[in-house]
Amino acid sequence: MSALHGTRVVEISNERIAFAGKLLGDMGADVVLVEAPGGDSSRNYAPFVDDEPDPEKSLYWWHYNTSKRGIVLDLERETARDAFMKLIASADVLIESEAPGRLASLGLDYDELCQIKPDLIHVSMTPFGRENSRKDEPVTDLTILAGGGPVWSCGYDDHSIPPIRGGGNQGYQTGCHYAVLSALTAIFYHGATGEGQFIDVSMHASANITTEMSSYFHLVAGETVIRQTGRHAMPMMTMPVQIKCKDGRYATTGMPPRSPQGFGDLYDWLEELGLVEQLPEALFLDRARHRESIGFAEIGVDEEVTAIYSAAREAIGLICENLPVDEFFKGAQKLGIAVGSILSPEEAYEDPHFVERGFQVEVEHPELGHSIRYPGAPYKMPTSPWRISRRAPQLGEHAEEVLGELGFDAAARKEFS
Amino acid sequence: MIESNESPSPHGSVAANGTALGTVRICDFTGQLAGAGATKWLAAFGAEVIRIEDPVNQGTWDVLRNMVPFVDDRRGPDLGGGFNNHNVEKKGITLNLRTDRGKEILTEIVEKSDVVSENFAAGVLDRWGFGWEELRAIREDIIYVSNCGFGQVGPYGSYKTWGPIVQAMSGLTFTSGLPDTEPAGWGYSYMDHTGGMYMALAILFALIHKQRTGEGQWVDLSCTEAGLTLNGPAILDWTVNGRPMRRADQPEGNRNSSPPMAPHGIFACRGDDEWVSIACRSDADWEVLAGLIDEPWAREAKWKTLAGRIDQQDDLETRITSWTRGQDKFDLQRRVLAGGVPSAAVQKPPERIDNDPGTSEFGLWPEVEHTKMGRVRVDGLPVHFAKTDWKIERGGPCVGEHTDEILSDLLGYDADEIAKLHEEGVV
Repeated sequence: MSALHGTRVVEISNERIAFAGKLLGDMGADVVLVEAPGGDSSRNYAPFVDDEPDPEKSLYWWHYNTSKRGIVLDLERETARDAFMKLIASADVLIESEAPGRLASLGLDYDELCQIKPDLIHVSMTPFGRENSRKDEPVTDLTILAGGGPVWSCGYDDHSIPPIRGGGNQGYQTGCHYAVLSALTAIFYHGATGEGQFIDVSMHASANITTEMSSYFHLVAGETVIRQTGRHAMPMMTMPVQIKCKDGRYATTGMPPRSPQGFGDLYDWLEELGLVEQLPEALFLDRARHRESIGFAEIGVDEEVTAIYSAAREAIGLICENLPVDEFFKGAQKLGIAVGSILSPEEAYEDPHFVERGFQVEVEHPELGHSIRYPGAPYKMPTSPWRISRRAPQLGEHAEEVLGELGFDAAARKEFS
Repeated sequence: MIESNESPSPHGSVAANGTALGTVRICDFTGQLAGAGATKWLAAFGAEVIRIEDPVNQGTWDVLRNMVPFVDDRRGPDLGGGFNNHNVEKKGITLNLRTDRGKEILTEIVEKSDVVSENFAAGVLDRWGFGWEELRAIREDIIYVSNCGFGQVGPYGSYKTWGPIVQAMSGLTFTSGLPDTEPAGWGYSYMDHTGGMYMALAILFALIHKQRTGEGQWVDLSCTEAGLTLNGPAILDWTVNGRPMRRADQPEGNRNSSPPMAPHGIFACRGDDEWVSIACRSDADWEVLAGLIDEPWAREAKWKTLAGRIDQQDDLETRITSWTRGQDKFDLQRRVLAGGVPSAAVQKPPERIDNDPGTSEFGLWPEVEHTKMGRVRVDGLPVHFAKTDWKIERGGPCVGEHTDEILSDLLGYDADEIAKLHEEGVV
């Protein structure tokens, strides 16, 4: 049985919060998605099936709205607000990302909702939090990440190139991770005490505390990190770690072998590939295998250790340039050297490791008469399994099912949307 | 912080001390950020998190214990700034698991815990005799969450990772950068943060499941797999339309095609390495921006439609840069926002931490009391609960700081027994 089986979540449709509803729905919650008439704007976001724009064929919509049932309520209308109240009375959790003040102006904010559902858990995720003096600023994923810290750390060694925002809505998604952590923490507390509560999540704050060293170098030592290609932003520039392989693809390196034998293994690999002659310093690796120990801390202190690490760096780079990335990745990992192959999302999705772990899942699309392969579980939880229980809802698809249960007949439902 | 319960949290019990997770005890082997970040959330909401560390190497399996930044000239495993940041509100005990006595004490701690969490390489806990089967034998309803780069199962199960490798293998490095050149990637371990969040999510899901059913479970978490879920629409474009992300014009840098917006980018401002982001969501947004630019070119008809702006985006971005270059980034942010158009200066750490009401009013940088470092500011949490909010006041534990407390208060050892364990090098 999924962990959230029997928990009803109401989600007011908004592209910013959609991922949170998916995370809850895929773990078994009954997520009822409330859209405004005409549907959520992200139904019109590319890519589309066969590139034909259609609000029922947006792959963006499909991805972010799995395991939800959908209804349409025009919350500007009083009859629909009454239905929303009834829906809340039947629910455990509300998640939403409405502009601060909107729900209050509709008479649908926490204070009103807990009159009819005293133990409601209400998670509000907004760009700056409900009470912040910046709360009314318009944002997109780009401006959240730019103002919140992540962008400052990402980009290229060449600082005439603008810093880069990582792709894939990570600003929204990071906020959603914290919204779901909040919902679950509150659900656990509710399970112990029967009490609900209001929770205020800030996307700007979420980005700010998701920048690793950027924040704590300043907080602890007053130092400012600077961006560098494909590696950690640090207070000073460090050596490059991204290397172009023989097949034109890139690998990420930077971790040396972990033991004297590891350096020796690296020498043997060079020899096997016929590359020893190109690297005179390789002899330091051959010598390293006979040492008792070798440690990071001795770099810059002990001359030979410094030379060994430097030779290892050169050797890894040289091997990398002379092999296709996949061969380099597997060869290095077999020697215990941590490196990675920079894969595109579809290459990662098709990689045999993840395929074998069962990451690819089939989701039924009855309207198409076949199923579609989706990204699978972020966690393997055998006793309370992750599962996409249904594809994203079509507009108003579950009106009868959801609102019918609450006692609204077809004529009444017409009034809502 | 939390009263030690003699009996470990029966489900349905009332939360301790008005905290959300005060009834939960976690036997925690995690380290670095990918693991320690997970239990930071739980500890801040009141869970009793007991870090188990090795007395022989002074807990430095977690390399952050002895790594920059430091508050002053002192060095050592109690003084790493990153370690403190990720381990606030936790307790620490040292336990030599090479000894039988150490294993017995660990068994006693597991008996009294709801969760065992770790992010070692695959198989490490197993080799110590505390794999899933053994943990379950100690406590039938235990929750065991293992978090490693590629997961415990699968062809790469034995491979080594850290944040940048997880990001590389999950598609996240690839999707951050300009087209036709090498990836820019992430200038920090985004997937250590996010892997930690997924670990915390998994622990919470498992705790809720246990609260409802009484059942424990083993969660096999692969950070890379979690990362793979973060580019969903791109993966569906591949499975449905057969269109790969590895193609011309991808990744799209700071531009945006889903939904399409233009201009949508980061532009140079006055000063050294100063930038502002601007996103026009609609033609109306563009009209506002064109009015602010207030130059003849901006009024040209070709820019009035999204199609026109996308068609000549290179030219548009060059022209906008010529407008932004001489101006202050915060002044631009203020003026563009005043017109209702999304804009944010690319903030440097001192700006967003010390001069931004967006973070300071939220109380985002709490100051903790660390036993040796003194008072230090750390990352807070980006949420506030009306009833059971988080609390971050105590710094990360020094090596073995709570050893005696845990042995006596949790396990009931007397002073003589504890002294003997110290003598024998067990703790």
